[in-house]
Amino acid sequence: MSVVTDKEVQRRVHMTLQVNGEEIEVSFAPYKTLLEVLREDLGLTGTKHGCELGECGACAVLIDGEPLLSCLTLAVECEGRAIETIEGLAQGTQLHPLQEAFADLGGAQCGYCTPGAVMTAKALLDKEPSPTSQQIKEAMSGNLCRCTGYQQIVESVEKAATCCRSAERGAA
Amino acid sequence: MSAKRPLEVVGQPRRRVDARAKVTGQTLFADDLSMPRMLHCKLLRSPHPHAIIEAIDISRAAAYPGVKLVLTGKDFPVPFGIMPVSQDEYPLAPERVRYVGDSVAAVIARDEKTAEEALLLIEVTYRALPTISSPEEGLAQPMPRIHDYGEQGNIHRNQSYEFGDVEAALANSDHVFEDLFFYEGDTHMALEQQASLASIDGDGKLTLATSAQNPHYLHRQLSLVLQMPASQIRVIAVQNGGGFGGKCDPAGHEMVVSKAALMLGRPVKICLTRQEVFYQHRGRHPVLMKFRTGVTKDGKLTAMHLQTLLDGGAYGSHGPASTFYTGVLTPVTYELPRFKFDACRVFTNKPACGPKRGHGTPQPRFGQEVQLDKIAEKLGLDPAEMRLNMATKANSLTSNWLGIGSNGLAECIRQVVERSGWKDKHGKLPEGRGIGIAASTYMCGAGVSIYWNKMPHSGVQLLLDRSGQVTVFCGATEVGQGSDDVLASIIAEVLGISTSQIRCVTGDTGITPIDLGSYSSRVTIMMGNAAMQAASRVRELITAAVIEPLETTPEQVVMSQGRVFAADDPNKGMSFVEAVVLAETKFGTLGTVGNYSPPKPPGKFKGSGVGPSPAYSFSACVVETEVDVATGLIHIEKVWIAHDIGQSINPVHVRGQVIGGVYMGLGEALMEEQVFRRLPAKLSNALVHKIPSLLEYKTLTSADMPEVEVMLIEEPDPNCPFGAKEAGQGPLLPVMPAVANAIWDAVGVRIDEVPITPDKVLRALKLKRAGKNPRVGPEYFPDVPYPEPVFVLPPGEGGDGKESKKLESMPANSLAEVSTS
Amino acid sequence: MMRLPWFNYRSPKSVAEAARILAAEGRDAMLIAGGTDLLPNMKRRQQTPATLVSLRQVGGLKDVVNGRGLTLGAGLTLSEVVNTPALKDSCGYRALHQAAAQVASPHLRNMGTLGGNLCLDTRCLYYNQNEDWRRAIDFCMKCNGETCWVATSSKRCMAVSSTDTAPALISLGAKVRLVSAAGDRELELNDLYQNDGTEYLTRQPDEILTAVSLPDLSGWKSTYWKLRRRGSFDFPILGVAAAVRAAPDGTVLDARIVLGAVSSRPLMTEAGGLLLGGKLTDEAIAAAGKKATSAAKPLDNTDLDLYWRKDVVSSFVGYALREIRGDDMSATRLRIMRQL
Repeated sequence: MSVVTDKEVQRRVHMTLQVNGEEIEVSFAPYKTLLEVLREDLGLTGTKHGCELGECGACAVLIDGEPLLSCLTLAVECEGRAIETIEGLAQGTQLHPLQEAFADLGGAQCGYCTPGAVMTAKALLDKEPSPTSQQIKEAMSGNLCRCTGYQQIVESVEKAATCCRSAERGAA
Repeated sequence: MSAKRPLEVVGQPRRRVDARAKVTGQTLFADDLSMPRMLHCKLLRSPHPHAIIEAIDISRAAAYPGVKLVLTGKDFPVPFGIMPVSQDEYPLAPERVRYVGDSVAAVIARDEKTAEEALLLIEVTYRALPTISSPEEGLAQPMPRIHDYGEQGNIHRNQSYEFGDVEAALANSDHVFEDLFFYEGDTHMALEQQASLASIDGDGKLTLATSAQNPHYLHRQLSLVLQMPASQIRVIAVQNGGGFGGKCDPAGHEMVVSKAALMLGRPVKICLTRQEVFYQHRGRHPVLMKFRTGVTKDGKLTAMHLQTLLDGGAYGSHGPASTFYTGVLTPVTYELPRFKFDACRVFTNKPACGPKRGHGTPQPRFGQEVQLDKIAEKLGLDPAEMRLNMATKANSLTSNWLGIGSNGLAECIRQVVERSGWKDKHGKLPEGRGIGIAASTYMCGAGVSIYWNKMPHSGVQLLLDRSGQVTVFCGATEVGQGSDDVLASIIAEVLGISTSQIRCVTGDTGITPIDLGSYSSRVTIMMGNAAMQAASRVRELITAAVIEPLETTPEQVVMSQGRVFAADDPNKGMSFVEAVVLAETKFGTLGTVGNYSPPKPPGKFKGSGVGPSPAYSFSACVVETEVDVATGLIHIEKVWIAHDIGQSINPVHVRGQVIGGVYMGLGEALMEEQVFRRLPAKLSNALVHKIPSLLEYKTLTSADMPEVEVMLIEEPDPNCPFGAKEAGQGPLLPVMPAVANAIWDAVGVRIDEVPITPDKVLRALKLKRAGKNPRVGPEYFPDVPYPEPVFVLPPGEGGDGKESKKLESMPANSLAEVSTS
Repeated sequence: MMRLPWFNYRSPKSVAEAARILAAEGRDAMLIAGGTDLLPNMKRRQQTPATLVSLRQVGGLKDVVNGRGLTLGAGLTLSEVVNTPALKDSCGYRALHQAAAQVASPHLRNMGTLGGNLCLDTRCLYYNQNEDWRRAIDFCMKCNGETCWVATSSKRCMAVSSTDTAPALISLGAKVRLVSAAGDRELELNDLYQNDGTEYLTRQPDEILTAVSLPDLSGWKSTYWKLRRRGSFDFPILGVAAAVRAAPDGTVLDARIVLGAVSSRPLMTEAGGLLLGGKLTDEAIAAAGKKATSAAKPLDNTDLDLYWRKDVVSSFVGYALREIRGDDMSATRLRIMRQL
């Protein structure tokens, strides 16, 4: 590997990112992925990492509503895109129905894959309010979990979907 | 003393105490920590599997801009190791590397990237040595030795135990079955990569916050390696993102950042890459096994001679214990009047093996359960019925002197048989579909500590004050299994309050009483019993303070749902907070402690310390599968599992542990393997991990996971808090053999090794079609120089638990007496 | 944390501008679209371009033109390809829909692009490793080394073509458009590849793959079957794409069977030719399976046993052709691929 020492290349990038509905100015080293900037430059450590190579899903966040892997997203490419992380999911102290369900039904054991899994599930429910268990399994198949055996994750997403739907009906 | 009432917290499905933090991303894992002026560490690792380090030149790296410190082996003269008998590791290798990935030097720099760049500037001169890639090679090639200690050559541990005259019993058996099995190594793959942050406190003491299951053992080892009094060191086991045994060993990187922080006076952090986690390993030992098992014609075991050969990897780790565990729990599941057990662990030039979920026992469990299936087939017995008929009993002693307390095995078997429709399916499903059964046992905590001492295994301290807040301190470690929730639940149950009123402070050697750690499924019972004691002592204080205002007797005092009242007049009472105020008024500041030590094990021979446990859990599992005869592809339809939990503390999480165990068991059965690649010897000396990545180390995804139906058997065990036994490890054990047995039922082939991959199934199917033995598995067991056995008479033959002389010939009729005793 | 090396980042707004940058920077520059292939390779130092030329802001790369045939912008993500109605609802284009739906994991499909999957770097267990791992084997022919460790006497690199969409698109007769500062050209997708693990593309380093065009395939039926260990994440260790045009009586008029992941390029087999003029009987399907098997050359550089991977080619060709024949293969599909 050649070590690039060109100072121009190593100059920090300064930009405004939109994270959880807030505009945040941040400067960071240009080689950094969104994962690194979130965790190291913005202090948002809720987003986890398990491989940094796109092989586990622990770093999943929503960008413009889609679940993407922050470990393979260049931070310099994130300006102007809506980034949602686990820190922005609860409304104040009110947990999102997915968070309630994961907490109540054992969807989280060690909790390490949980932020990525919950955000991925949120994107699913935003698109498909009544997913079948097969759809949930497919949608969550990019989030490795080493504790739960997935069954209680799937049950949590099903429960949250039910809660979201009844909240919708209640609001209507 | 106070009045009895039904359980209010224990046994109720509840949100665990740490769930909210986990679902909001607030839980801080070690790599989430950061401190002002924090530096970052990266390790240089050996590219050679076995070599002498002739020279290291760090000058260029040390001069690289941003680098603060470069450490090498000479900075760490003192070796360490989790077990007192295997102090064979160094934080950085001083003169020799023993596997590809052994750490050689460390760079501490302003950021991780700078440290990584500087690593490339360190120049190491190696002199390559011959390498050993398997235990067979290690036996055949005693020189060069990977370590200068051990039994002989490259044998690390070698042992033999015989409980009753096994050869005589085999000779008197109606049938003797001899089978070979192989269990490939695999790894924990906790999703969190280990990280550690060392810093110097304001008072000059060292604090290490780290991903660790056993902070207490790490604390001792740090003191040793750093040559510093333990009182000057604080180890905080941060919430772990999964453990499964992979964070049990003290690790070199923890020593390195601690030393660097001490030298630099600044916080130093390291986070391992995923590849480095595969190098740290300490996972499942690859084990080759030979079973010689005697049975009566109606399918009762008479005796077993089990031989195991373990691939230990490059260091001792928990190896001495692992070696024992490939045998000692075998007699706990089924009645086995006589048992002989030879085990040998060999060093190889690969990452060290150690404890993984089930520690040493899944391998022989796989072998025995598959062999039992073959025995049932041969004798024309139903495999479930045969197991039921020889299940061990409650309150019995095994031939190797392990005392079984409660025992729900028979009920486990009955439940999975009934729920799965076993009787309508086994041997009756169409070609390509099959069903298999297996059962197992696991311990609830090791009866003996890793280092010899007579002090408690777990301590709990409770602090209450007039605000009504209850703070509990315990050294037990949350690895995701829910230990904090168990702790809070037990206190809450005793005090009649909700878990939300309790604050848990755990896993911190600086402020919590010692608990030995999260290993061997010990936390619920050991921490739980200590917590029971501490909480009961508080309850006594509160009771003593309220009897006067309540005008009642201690026996009548009830603490329930946040109230304290008299059983005979429930309207006369007060809130829990009011009761605490009375107690604090009467007794002063309120605090109690509790502790727990396991009972003395029944066995008294040398080596009897491994295997005893205050209680044993039992599991039974049925797997239904579909196997494609054209390709060998295996599809798991459904898994039924019954687990003898004694009493669920929180059924949501017991079920979660059980399903998680099934998941990991399916992974081991079907795909997980920690395997290595050796390049052609004439071209290269390389011996590398074949697949150190989450992409290629295959684990099931949500798309691959079948439905699991869980049945919890609740027969409370008197040694356990509220009768609660373990759930973290046991339920994994029966899964692999149940899969193998289901495949036999589906397509009539035996795969006597894991993982069971479709290519092996297809190879066996081709053998079957060719009229040959439809089996894929090990063909040969090498000649291992096992020592003369330690001979101990089983309890049923009048033994006293001590080593004795083996009689020249046991009377032939002793067998019948044994099997009916 | 695995981190990227330093790089220059360029973000052109048009294909022409991107092409100019590539022309100026030469081999030190690489295109980045979804980044799901390139960034892991960069983190492992398999590829260390001095300059990344991002296609994110380049206009026109997500266009879908549905006229006579179908043209798909190379910048469409694989999820966008999956959700393209013209693919979902067409029997003829179904193979592409199915292939795209099975690439990697849901997140990676939301990121990776069609063009990226077509240009996917070849893969090998000796190559897709961290730099220090590769140093332990003294590197390999594909990157920094001399020897192909898969076949030590081989003169060429044996890394495996691991794209799912390429076999599917080749079976559909797709063409690709390549644009450079010097001009643009269209070529058969089949001609984009060559059987060399290192130089696996005939695309020049200064060319940008901008679009994929498909002929009108009314009257055709196609399908894609993927073999991998798990229902997610994994690259194919065998891909079978089949496209067949049959007369109303079932007589096969055209047939293409393309294999993925058994060579350094997607492999157009002669098995399709065997089917011409006959019907998709069990015998014909078995013969095609046998023919395709003989073309497959799996090696010990991906997941699972290489002999077994060859053994099952015939079965997978069978699944594909039976599905095209109209057999209900949904249960088998769900069991093997975990999705319909």
